Amino acid sequence: MWDRNQMAARAADELQDGWYVNLGIGIPTLVANYVGDKDITLQSENGMLGMGPFPFEGDEDPDLINAGKQTITELSRTAYFDSATSFGMIRGGKIAAAILGAMEVAENGDLANWMIPGKLVKGMGGAMDLVAGVGRVVVVMDHTNKYGKSKVLKACTLPLTGKGVVDRIITNLGVLDVVEGGLRIVECAEGVTENELRAATEATIV
Amino acid sequence: MKKIYESAEAALVGVLQDGMLIAAGGFGLCGIPELLLEGIKQAGTKELTFASNNAGVDDFGIGILLQTRQVQKMISSYVGENAEFMRQYLSGELALEFNPQGTLAERMRAGGCGIPGFYTKTGVGTVIAEGKESKMFNGQEYILEQGIFADLSIVKAWKADDTGNLIFRKTARNFNPPAAMCGKICIAEVEEIVPRGSLDPDMIHLPGIYVHRIVQGDHEKRIEQRTVRERA
Repeated sequence: MWDRNQMAARAADELQDGWYVNLGIGIPTLVANYVGDKDITLQSENGMLGMGPFPFEGDEDPDLINAGKQTITELSRTAYFDSATSFGMIRGGKIAAAILGAMEVAENGDLANWMIPGKLVKGMGGAMDLVAGVGRVVVVMDHTNKYGKSKVLKACTLPLTGKGVVDRIITNLGVLDVVEGGLRIVECAEGVTENELRAATEATIV
Repeated sequence: MKKIYESAEAALVGVLQDGMLIAAGGFGLCGIPELLLEGIKQAGTKELTFASNNAGVDDFGIGILLQTRQVQKMISSYVGENAEFMRQYLSGELALEFNPQGTLAERMRAGGCGIPGFYTKTGVGTVIAEGKESKMFNGQEYILEQGIFADLSIVKAWKADDTGNLIFRKTARNFNPPAAMCGKICIAEVEEIVPRGSLDPDMIHLPGIYVHRIVQGDHEKRIEQRTVRERA
């Protein structure tokens, strides 16, 4: 079974040299630590390409934050732009991939990650735009919820963020691709058997 | 024509009306028109609708107008940082229209460009598409979203000249240009007003045609989430 960092490292393998990429909040943020020598430019949808690491203490700049509202830094390649331009490049398919967390993913690629009915709804932010617009959507999440119930489903039960948008799912148990008719197992996590992966998955595996 | 005003309060005189739609720039607490929001609070204008990505926090940004019950409706993509907002929303005192962030930005930009509607694939197959026209283009489904035509725009920039040409700084640009564009009247608050001719014309982010009033002031520029790394 993979831990958070191993999942992030596996997700980093998805990224190709030269790509412009958007990373979501949570485990996806950790992916930046594992890109190695690849030339990857990170987009922050509040208006920046070339997102750098957190600043040293004392160097925080209130005018320089990421989409999670955290203070960050710029790089020598950094470019700034407004929100309409930012989502223009997202909607226009210029961002090669988005790596996002999820509450549920379905075998047809449906994704739910923004609201739970009856609970406090904070909003979708840029998630709906990202999944509709970027070249490739990779979900990184735990395979099951805290009650042990599968989050990889035949059909999402929560309100959707996007319909048929997910390409690949990376969980603590392995990697699955959304294909015709269901999900295909790409690999199992270290120490996880295919049977264990299947048992934890509600979705159809083809 | 003179665009420079002495204070946010002075810049707001004659433009505020109960029930108006205001487009505000900013992302989180970054690049928000904090002085103009305070000015609107002082003016006491009521039943306002704000098109703004976020709703501030309880005691800063649009949050201060929620405290005084001056806001009737928010058009936003994410409002998670504001307890008073949630209280008013859950009790039915405050209306909320969620827009995907890019749709909100484009609605503002489109309004400013005289485009009343546009098709986007963002939100297709979700609650956002409910009740909206849809159309197929090249075998893909898109939904119709409407441009925002605001009564007033309030934005924050870094520098302005006296003609209203604006330059923003780093990620504080965010929603400010599209918000500025979509208002009948736009007021910009800036950190510095510089003499005409001292901004490089090739480096203007928003031309002064969009900006009707300018005010210079001291900004708190609060940081919402301070994150740092260890010095090696």
